[in-house]
Amino acid sequence: MGMEQYRRMVDRRKQWLLLAGAAVWLGLPWLVFGNNYVLSTLILIGLYALVSTGMTLLMGYAGQISLGQAAFYGIGAYASAYLTAHAGWSPWLALAAGAVLAALVALVVGIPVFRLREHYLALATLGFGVIMFTFFKEWKGITGGLNGFFGIPTIRIGGFSLQSDLHFYYLVSLFVLAGLWFAHNIVRSRVGRALRAIHGSEVAASSLGVNITKYKLQIFMLSAVYASIAGSLYAHYVTFINPDLFGIVPSIYFLIMVVIGGSAHVWGGLIGAAVYVCLGEWLKAVVPLLLPNAGGEFEIVFFGLLLVVMLIYMPNGLTGVVAKGMSKILEMSRHQKKQVAPTENHNARSIGGERG
Amino acid sequence: MEAWSQFVQLLFSGLTVGSIYALVALGFVITYSVTGILNLAQGDFAMLGALFCITFVNSGVPFVLAIGLSIMAVMAIGGLFERLAIQPARRSSVAVLIIITIGVSFVFRGIALLVWGTDPYALRPFTGNEALRMFGAVIQWQSVWAIAISVVSFIALHLFFNRTYLGKAVSACVINPFAARLMGIDIRKMSLGAIAVSAGLGALAGIIIAPISGASYDMGMMIGLKAFIAAVVGGLTNAPAAIAGAFLVGMLESFAEGYLSSGYKEAISFGLLLLVLFFMPNGLFAKMTGKRV
Repeated sequence: MGMEQYRRMVDRRKQWLLLAGAAVWLGLPWLVFGNNYVLSTLILIGLYALVSTGMTLLMGYAGQISLGQAAFYGIGAYASAYLTAHAGWSPWLALAAGAVLAALVALVVGIPVFRLREHYLALATLGFGVIMFTFFKEWKGITGGLNGFFGIPTIRIGGFSLQSDLHFYYLVSLFVLAGLWFAHNIVRSRVGRALRAIHGSEVAASSLGVNITKYKLQIFMLSAVYASIAGSLYAHYVTFINPDLFGIVPSIYFLIMVVIGGSAHVWGGLIGAAVYVCLGEWLKAVVPLLLPNAGGEFEIVFFGLLLVVMLIYMPNGLTGVVAKGMSKILEMSRHQKKQVAPTENHNARSIGGERG
Repeated sequence: MEAWSQFVQLLFSGLTVGSIYALVALGFVITYSVTGILNLAQGDFAMLGALFCITFVNSGVPFVLAIGLSIMAVMAIGGLFERLAIQPARRSSVAVLIIITIGVSFVFRGIALLVWGTDPYALRPFTGNEALRMFGAVIQWQSVWAIAISVVSFIALHLFFNRTYLGKAVSACVINPFAARLMGIDIRKMSLGAIAVSAGLGALAGIIIAPISGASYDMGMMIGLKAFIAAVVGGLTNAPAAIAGAFLVGMLESFAEGYLSSGYKEAISFGLLLLVLFFMPNGLFAKMTGKRV
């Protein structure tokens, strides 16, 4: 079988998969009969997926750890809340302003932070997260302090207000699609190649003329923008926010999502967020039946265990497993594979989404 | 006079908190020196120690015995943690090891939540409820206990690492693991021992602070992070500097709370962390001492 023929086949299978995906996406709300609980769970998955996709780029491709990502989520949420409720801005303008603000904060914080390595980098991002949390808590004039921020208006398109879960589901999933598409392109661009080089060896990348700090900063800013947009959407969705949503523990939850999903593929964030949210909901339903006096955030014990076990036994996360399955569907059977010259096969693998 | 007594009050409160941070920070330094791991679950040992002790005391165990039992229980948990979570991942990258200790911290928190619930508990002070009056300030006896016990612990640890065979073996692992192994020192045992001792120190800190600020399942994170700042300010491998760092953080917090506002005290200590990281990543005292552990 020739290269052209093979490529056409992969493309055809890819198109079918995309079509099937689109059908599931459009049809999902009807599949669950517009059940609001399911829809709100899906919306949550979408919002978290945005944050963790940004983090996946940062951790998987640039190899940098962030223990304070919820701070950017909070910046978006509070920027949207304040600008729409108190300053009367349009939600879209506020969302953009939040994203710009988050990127600026990431720039200012990132310049000194990315001079640090390993332990110190982790600590600095943690410190940043705690400091931002303190500001959310204490800057009462803007954030409403610990009492929270009430009465955030809903998002409007034209004169149409997106109030129902169904509308919001489509809005959020559009953002997720755009986010994934953008991340996918970044990974395959010059920037993506530079990032992989940095992840492989900073010294080698730097000696080849890759400006390490610049790329790390750019991707950090990008991940901040992802988190900020998710935060803005979240604020408009629930119309009430309080600082506890943006502290250190939520930052760790985002980290858990990235680890579950695996940070070597752009899909990791979405898969991690989906598993995290579904597992969390399931635990909330099941554990109280077994342990009647379980209260509070008891599910952290399971997520903590999951984090440890995954990192020891499955450090590449679920996408490692899923990617294998996907490339099987996309590529040919083993029998057909043998007939292709090794160089062509290598090419095909990079088409199939495998990270080279 | 009013200002003076407030100053003494804040000074003592800073020293008390500082001595708690110092005990936990020492645990960080010992673990990091011997194993190269930054254990973010360190603060949760304090939480476990405090809650164990309260449970033992409430079920009628004599006070001193309860303290000893809970320290031993937490040391055993520390050892288990080393065997189950750290040993299997020894070859992982630094970032992965940090995230693993975060995961363990979540497990400890979650288990404590399931066992003890969300309500805070109280432990009775070590001796009586009456307070000490000094320069117009009211100082609780428990504060005196906290400072005294931590000073005694520092001296005991110093003697342990410099005068005993086992302590010298641990120090040898820190200085040169390969040479230590050639001398017949089992590094894996040392790693187990280091984490167990750190856990014990954390438990002691938790038990001392419980009569002053109570104990609950989520107390570990903040104690741990503050002690962390102390250890980083001190340079991570320098025990005396970490103790100095702990008292510095304790004082800073206490005075910030007294003279500025209580809400921002966390931002101030973490601001210190960032300043030190950015400008003196080897710690404030890097030039003063070169001694480790």
